Amino acid sequence: MPGIVENRYRILRRLVQAGALSLFFAGNAWGWKVLQGSLSSSLLFGIVPLADPFALLQVFATGTMVAAKALLGGGIVLLFFAAIAGRAFCGWICPVNIVTDLADTVSTAVGEGNRSLRLSRNARYWVLGLSLVLSAWLGIAAFEWISPIGALHRGVVFGMGMGWTSVAAVFLFDVFVVRNGFCGHLCPLGAFYSLAGGWSWMRVVHSKEQCTSCMRCIESCPEPQVLPMVGKRDGPVTSGECTNCGRCIEVCPDDAMRFGLRTQGTKEKDPKEVTS
Amino acid sequence: MKSRRQFLIDAGRGIGIAAAGGLVWAGFLSGKKAYPTVLRPPGAVEEDRFLAACTKCGLCVTACPYQALVLAAPGDGRPVGTPYFVMRERPCRMCRDIPCTANCPTGALDAGLVSDGEAGKAVLNVNKTRIGLAVIDRETCIAYWGIQCDACYRVCPVIDKAITVDPVRNDRTGKHAILGPVVHSEHCTGCGICERACVTKKASIFVLPRRIAMGESSDRYIRGWEAGDEKRIHDAPEDTTTVTPRSEKSPADYLNREDL
Repeated sequence: MPGIVENRYRILRRLVQAGALSLFFAGNAWGWKVLQGSLSSSLLFGIVPLADPFALLQVFATGTMVAAKALLGGGIVLLFFAAIAGRAFCGWICPVNIVTDLADTVSTAVGEGNRSLRLSRNARYWVLGLSLVLSAWLGIAAFEWISPIGALHRGVVFGMGMGWTSVAAVFLFDVFVVRNGFCGHLCPLGAFYSLAGGWSWMRVVHSKEQCTSCMRCIESCPEPQVLPMVGKRDGPVTSGECTNCGRCIEVCPDDAMRFGLRTQGTKEKDPKEVTS
Repeated sequence: MKSRRQFLIDAGRGIGIAAAGGLVWAGFLSGKKAYPTVLRPPGAVEEDRFLAACTKCGLCVTACPYQALVLAAPGDGRPVGTPYFVMRERPCRMCRDIPCTANCPTGALDAGLVSDGEAGKAVLNVNKTRIGLAVIDRETCIAYWGIQCDACYRVCPVIDKAITVDPVRNDRTGKHAILGPVVHSEHCTGCGICERACVTKKASIFVLPRRIAMGESSDRYIRGWEAGDEKRIHDAPEDTTTVTPRSEKSPADYLNREDL
């Protein structure tokens, strides 16, 4: 079927995102013990604690120490993304990614290229800093209180209320104001994982030999500034801002992109790749 | 290479924009924080510390076997993502293993507050729960009208301690007793089962957070009829004057002043 190969990672990511969301929902609604809680803190298989390290950082900023369970959970999650998966949370787990990908598809389809506002991609690091400053000032985890991620995720798991408004706002912002506006410019959680995931093991690796410089990867990438080497040299994506979504890999008609290790691709290619 | 002047201008602009956004953000948050009458799960630390420590994960809500705990959604009016009770609908059922508190990963719900004994070998004691305090509106409580009703007393999980029925003379008839329920703060857990059970149209006994439902007398006032109560005065600071806005006026005169 046409479309499946070019969307294989997108389909896989939707399955993972929807699967995680469903397991959280089932954890609350029917007591399934696979994933319980929500993205900020949860229990895996009823035993392993998981916690959002950025949420904990905001709690620390308020001058509050959390209990051991949350500390352990935050450590596990941070270690997983920092050492292995990079910023994969954004592309593979976060439910807002479904909304913002849809916004990108819609805006591309209707040709909404003429957006009115320019915004630096570094704005998110300012928002990250602000989250911590405001947490310290007001004594509450500042981003957790306004996060559309939390609103959407808790909305699905525990009840939406008026939480859909912030999600709709993110959608409209992405369509009409700034392309990839929320995830790529404002979200402090994305900024946090960009900083934490810069040294991760799993990377998208480019090989110049196959590349025909068609630029489809850069056109479809939600963080195109992470692909400066395309058509110029071999090597992995080095920026932590890459969400490891695999979009560049699936749209590449020349197999010039693949998932690999951070150490791969800079010098000799492995023989498997050459023969294929 | 940017000139130093341009660098300073750019940095200033960044800080200015961040300050603008941050102030709007802070204003929004400070308005959302306060919901004075919110009722927290068993073991909740004091509200300000609770709001700082709770990461809005909902594990307490998931753990509640009676689905009494609710996680605040935007538009509920309560601080978003935090757990609360609506006692008239679903009160706390006082589980002995207190699964909500036990499930909290951050310590916003502190099992130590609802346990007996030293840390390490502490044993959960749900009767130490202090969600709030049941308060009775004696004007709408039909027991205080003289009509026989003891619904709140009968359902109370700490019956005869947290709620007692105290007979007083019915002055209207002159020959009957009024059997009025009375709540005792040293035993009331604030579970809200009385509020759920109350037969009046809007509950005449209802749970409020203790910081709202209770006053506080100073150490200067001694119950001389209770053995040992005067010991409290020994712990009071040397400075014997309780400083209040009225302190400027002498105690003997202030009740007679027109500006009371």
